[in-house]
Amino acid sequence: MTTARFTETEYEGPLLEVTDLKTSFHTDVGVVRAVDGVSLTLERGKTLGIVGESGSGKTVLSRSIMNLLPRFGLEREGSVKFEGKEIIELPPRQMRNFWGAQMSMIFQDPMTSLNPVMKIGKQITESIRQHLDVTREYSSDLAVSLMESVRIPEPKVRLGEYPHQLSGGMRQRVCIAVALAAGPKLLFADEPTTALDVTVQAQVLDVIAKEQSERFMAMILVTHDLGVVAGRTEEILVMYAGRVVEQAPTSVLFTDMKMPYTEALLASIPKLDEHSHTRLATIPGRPPDLSHPPPGCKFAPRCRYVQDRCLEEEPPLQAGDASGHQYRCWFPVGTPAGQEALARNERDGRVPAAATAAAAAGGA
Amino acid sequence: MQNELLRLIARRLVQLAIVLIVVSFFTFALIRLLPGDPTQTIIPFGRGPFFEHARARLRSDLGLSKGFFAQYWDYLTKLVRLNFGHQYSSGRSVGTLVKQSLPVSLELMIYAQIISLAIAIPLGVLAAYRAGTRTDSVINTTAFGALALPNFVLALLLSFFVGAQLKWLPTGGYAPGWLDPIFNGSVHMDLGQHLRYMVLPAFSLAVGQIAVYMRLLRTDMIATLQENFITLAKAKGLSNARILWRHALRPSSITLLTAAGLSVGTLIGAAVVVEVIFTVPGMGLKIVQAINAREYVELQSYIVIIAVLFVLVNFLVDFLYAVVDPRIRRARAA
Ligand SMILES: Nc1ncnc2c1ncn2[C@@H]1O[C@H](COP(=O)(O)OP(=O)(O)OP(=O)(O)O)[C@@H](O)[C@H]1O
Ligand SMILES: [Mg+2]
Repeated sequence: MTTARFTETEYEGPLLEVTDLKTSFHTDVGVVRAVDGVSLTLERGKTLGIVGESGSGKTVLSRSIMNLLPRFGLEREGSVKFEGKEIIELPPRQMRNFWGAQMSMIFQDPMTSLNPVMKIGKQITESIRQHLDVTREYSSDLAVSLMESVRIPEPKVRLGEYPHQLSGGMRQRVCIAVALAAGPKLLFADEPTTALDVTVQAQVLDVIAKEQSERFMAMILVTHDLGVVAGRTEEILVMYAGRVVEQAPTSVLFTDMKMPYTEALLASIPKLDEHSHTRLATIPGRPPDLSHPPPGCKFAPRCRYVQDRCLEEEPPLQAGDASGHQYRCWFPVGTPAGQEALARNERDGRVPAAATAAAAAGGA
Repeated sequence: MQNELLRLIARRLVQLAIVLIVVSFFTFALIRLLPGDPTQTIIPFGRGPFFEHARARLRSDLGLSKGFFAQYWDYLTKLVRLNFGHQYSSGRSVGTLVKQSLPVSLELMIYAQIISLAIAIPLGVLAAYRAGTRTDSVINTTAFGALALPNFVLALLLSFFVGAQLKWLPTGGYAPGWLDPIFNGSVHMDLGQHLRYMVLPAFSLAVGQIAVYMRLLRTDMIATLQENFITLAKAKGLSNARILWRHALRPSSITLLTAAGLSVGTLIGAAVVVEVIFTVPGMGLKIVQAINAREYVELQSYIVIIAVLFVLVNFLVDFLYAVVDPRIRRARAA
């Protein structure tokens, strides 16, 4: 089975190619464009980080690639190619062969993503038995070794327990075991540690990383914390309001970021050496309403570099100096244009609209 | 674990005892509060040794010579020993009548519940899965149509068309089933015959429940289908059928279970009408006869039995909660 898995396709191109993916929801308040023209490429065994604030469309993007969104009021266009095969239009009946076996997902909240009335063992083995033609005994042996490998203590005992009997960290490990059960080639980890205690976050991330390298599995690691993806990804994609606003190999992004939003995100990473009571530099204001986004750059109302042009004209994705680096900004960080814009704003006392609004709200 | 279960059962028994005391007190008071001499009120007409004998027996059944609370104590202790007194008109022991009629009504209600759940659950699941589509609205409309049809009308229609006209099934009567031997020792039992008699009454009783059960399940199921664990089940590549039946149904069935337990009250009321129409010799029919014949002692016993039955069924439902949802097991133990 395992050997077949590696020889069954001769396709040599990238594992996943997403081109101009757009996903919107038709709601009572209008059309919510949650993902607006995202393109990305992922090679086998590699890791891509997707970073953005809450509401930037990370979950919708990953579920949209996997075609896991509820169909009601949903509109999806663009192209999603898995091993060169277009899968965007595949009906659920055919997607079922991909789900679990080719690509799978670890969800944001381990507290709600396991069935509360089904034993842990069953939840792992059913995934195995759905895709592999194995006996009940064999599948439960497999489940035990999976649980051992994601470092769940006493796996044989856990097999017969229910999710509520486990801690959050243990539940997330069970979710990892479920996701890995049928040996997928691509794993989406959607903020796998956001809902967990800080103390177990690193452990869970390490377990995922270990499994990923042992299995030569590609991964899309979604997070709102640039600190999480820093040492764990080859490439990072920064999202804002459903768009890619900056994309670069990880080392390039941290040394040569061009997008003021990325800079602001980096400033909001909690630093371990700081006193835990120091307030984080959060980005003032809120992300735009996706059903009525502002014209121009979507980040402009919150941007320290904002100029009149930003409010009128949306910058296109343009290439940076390093290969594979792209960003969406008229006055990029660290360039003469950007420095000039920032200096001018400081001289004129111009602050982003959202910041004044936030200050006014805070003062009142 | 074992201890917790025992404690739980003990607590339930205490509750049952309280219910029994309260209900029996009211049925007891019902007769004692009749104006004048209760024996004269219950047996108002008739002279001669036969009626005097009946009144004397009634007086001793009721224990009228003692004080109010002593009478109640007598009544309660007799009740606990399943001594229900006598029918004054025939002198037959009410206990015997109960033994004959209770299994019949129990069977009828069990069949009605099975039929209504067997129809409502698949419909509810389907309506939730196809929520907002035509399938959903067809199911809803049909179910509400069935709800609007009073069960005595349905019973009469079925009895007339299926029974009298087509002659597929008997229009009335009864043949002993699997419960009767438990109550009455060796009774000749022909299960096929028994079921033939029960189909129409059970179905008439069931139809009223279907819409209610279906709607409750549909609502809970729609909520469950939004849950993350359902998306996870989908992400495993499981089939829709498996997701619906194995993942979504159980977590969605708590309200349904509650309703099924509480509906026993409605069913008992409806069973009275249906038993009369199909002349099924169950407790419902006996109740009507007892009311007509002013058999207060008999009636009193039926009321107590129904109350106890209702409580017992809801205890059973309580235990089923824990079977359906393991989290409840822990909440109980805590
Ligand atoms: N079913 C839906 N109908 C309408 N709008 C939706 C739906 N699902 C998501 N959205 C909207 O799409 C946007 C992106 O949501 P998404 O969950 O992808 O954000 P996220 O980046 O994952 O945030 P978080 O960090 O909080 O998980 C949000 O504005 C959200 O309100
Ligand atoms: Mg999310």
